[in-house]
Amino acid sequence: MSATTGVFTPKPGAAPLSRMIRAQALLETKMLLRNGEQLLLTVVIPTLLLVLFSAVDIVAVPTETAGGSGKAVDFLAPGILALAVMSTAFTGQAIATGFERRYGVLKRLGASPLPRWALMTAKTCSVLVTEVLQIVLLTVVAFALGWSPHGNPVWVVLLLILGTAAFSGLGLLMAGTLKAEATLAAANLVFLLLLVGGGVIVPLERFPGVLQDVLQLLPISALSDGLRDVLQHGAGLPWADLGILAVWTVLGLGAAARFFRWE
Amino acid sequence: MSLRRLPVMRSTSPGDVPRTPGREPAVEVTGLVKRYGTKTAVNGLDLTVTRGTVTAVLGPNGAGKTTTVETCEGYRRADAGTVRVLGLDPVADAAALRPRIGVMLQSGGVYAGARAEEMLRHTASLHAHPVDVDVLIERLGLGSCGRTTYRRLSGGQQQRLALAMAVVGRPELVFLDEPTAGLDPQARRATWDLVRELRTDGVSVVLTTHFMDEAEQLADDVAIIDGGRVIAQGSPESLCKGGAENTLRFTGRPGLDLASLLKALPADCAAAELTPGAYRVNGTIDPQLLATVTSWCAQNGVLPDRIAVERHTLEDVFLELTGKELRA
Repeated sequence: MSATTGVFTPKPGAAPLSRMIRAQALLETKMLLRNGEQLLLTVVIPTLLLVLFSAVDIVAVPTETAGGSGKAVDFLAPGILALAVMSTAFTGQAIATGFERRYGVLKRLGASPLPRWALMTAKTCSVLVTEVLQIVLLTVVAFALGWSPHGNPVWVVLLLILGTAAFSGLGLLMAGTLKAEATLAAANLVFLLLLVGGGVIVPLERFPGVLQDVLQLLPISALSDGLRDVLQHGAGLPWADLGILAVWTVLGLGAAARFFRWE
Repeated sequence: MSLRRLPVMRSTSPGDVPRTPGREPAVEVTGLVKRYGTKTAVNGLDLTVTRGTVTAVLGPNGAGKTTTVETCEGYRRADAGTVRVLGLDPVADAAALRPRIGVMLQSGGVYAGARAEEMLRHTASLHAHPVDVDVLIERLGLGSCGRTTYRRLSGGQQQRLALAMAVVGRPELVFLDEPTAGLDPQARRATWDLVRELRTDGVSVVLTTHFMDEAEQLADDVAIIDGGRVIAQGSPESLCKGGAENTLRFTGRPGLDLASLLKALPADCAAAELTPGAYRVNGTIDPQLLATVTSWCAQNGVLPDRIAVERHTLEDVFLELTGKELRA
């Protein structure tokens, strides 16, 4: 009776989890790399800033502080790496996820065999892959500009990962609670504000004392300061900065988990 | 009231579909209530979908169609009542249920920058035994736009891609929310053919629609929803029969004596000459009745011209039940 084996004869089943996550991460990464505005944010702007500010003395950077080679790139490169992390984990992820929510992509995936945690894992993988590409590119450019980094690479990786977690939490919180257009505007605005006020290219010492104390607590400041301590000054594990990033991670991911709306 | 001629035959009935007896229904909804704030979207709705059948959920905008379907899909939590899909609770048993169902949302669901074929292949890769993607692309005429990104697809192409994504995982049950909205006639026919094929292959289908002819063409079972409740459910034939009587019209010589015709017809029939030479018979129009009328004409030396059997359509039934136009 059930000898019929048509094209659609039911044979349901989820693919193995590892395959689903790999496929989803690959697709997410492709979407990101295919998006012109995203590339502008994650690749073009950080690279341009690195080249421009290394070559031209627009913002007088404190190059003569202990440990550095005295070149502008030694100050800039860590800040630009922090910016790259923020552009992908926060701005890019917030905007992309916001529109995925708006266009029902998250909703549709919610009815697929892919569990939500696996979707988030895939998104994280995609962010990490993008960051690796960014870091490779920026490192090559920085070396070409005469960068001479110091310090323990393990601390650098630790900072980058914790920074990614903190920014992802904040980006997803924004994407999961605001309208897509509001996320687009806000994520870009925050990117710009933190670029200026987060010790990326403008040293925090340039700001008035009180403001400085506040700005230091921003995740971008902690990340750029921590990376600079290690890469420019060869410092040991930057506990204070890691601590700040850890607090932001707990707050951001916690709030995102609590308030994220899938539709 | 507008009467339309109905396509003559329906090919098969639910009984023809292979079914394993004793299995739970594909969908069983009892007393479903769903509120959004103060608004009650679904108000005590009952719906049963037999396995291997196509069920059309028909109703005007705001009737509660999408809310009902999305509750079955696990997107909404029922405020009251029970929902069982393939015997499972769509929310509590979501992980077990999701691989077994296919979902086509009313709109969206695809990355704006994803290419049609890429997205379909991705969806296939989430399933253990997907349909051959090339076959599906060909079946739904998506070949010409396989490399086009979703945002550049026409509305009809987007619809067909969403349909393909719903069936690619070889689900036991698919939910199609207005699968032919905005399609041109050709694409609509391709969608209908696919739904028929699903049914032949033993897939249960629940589709929502505004289109009467769609329900009449595709569905074994129609549930008419209004105000958050099912106000009628049955096969298209039984629903149409349950409505007002059907009509037979013919033209002939003016001034025929209808009394003799009425004597020959069953007692519940009526006949009238509407305008000179234009006759109408109301009643249960079956082959017997048609034969009676033609032989009566023969006895009276009349060549009945333009004989037309008009049956009530679902549209009429809907209008009678709700007092509303479907596509207002």
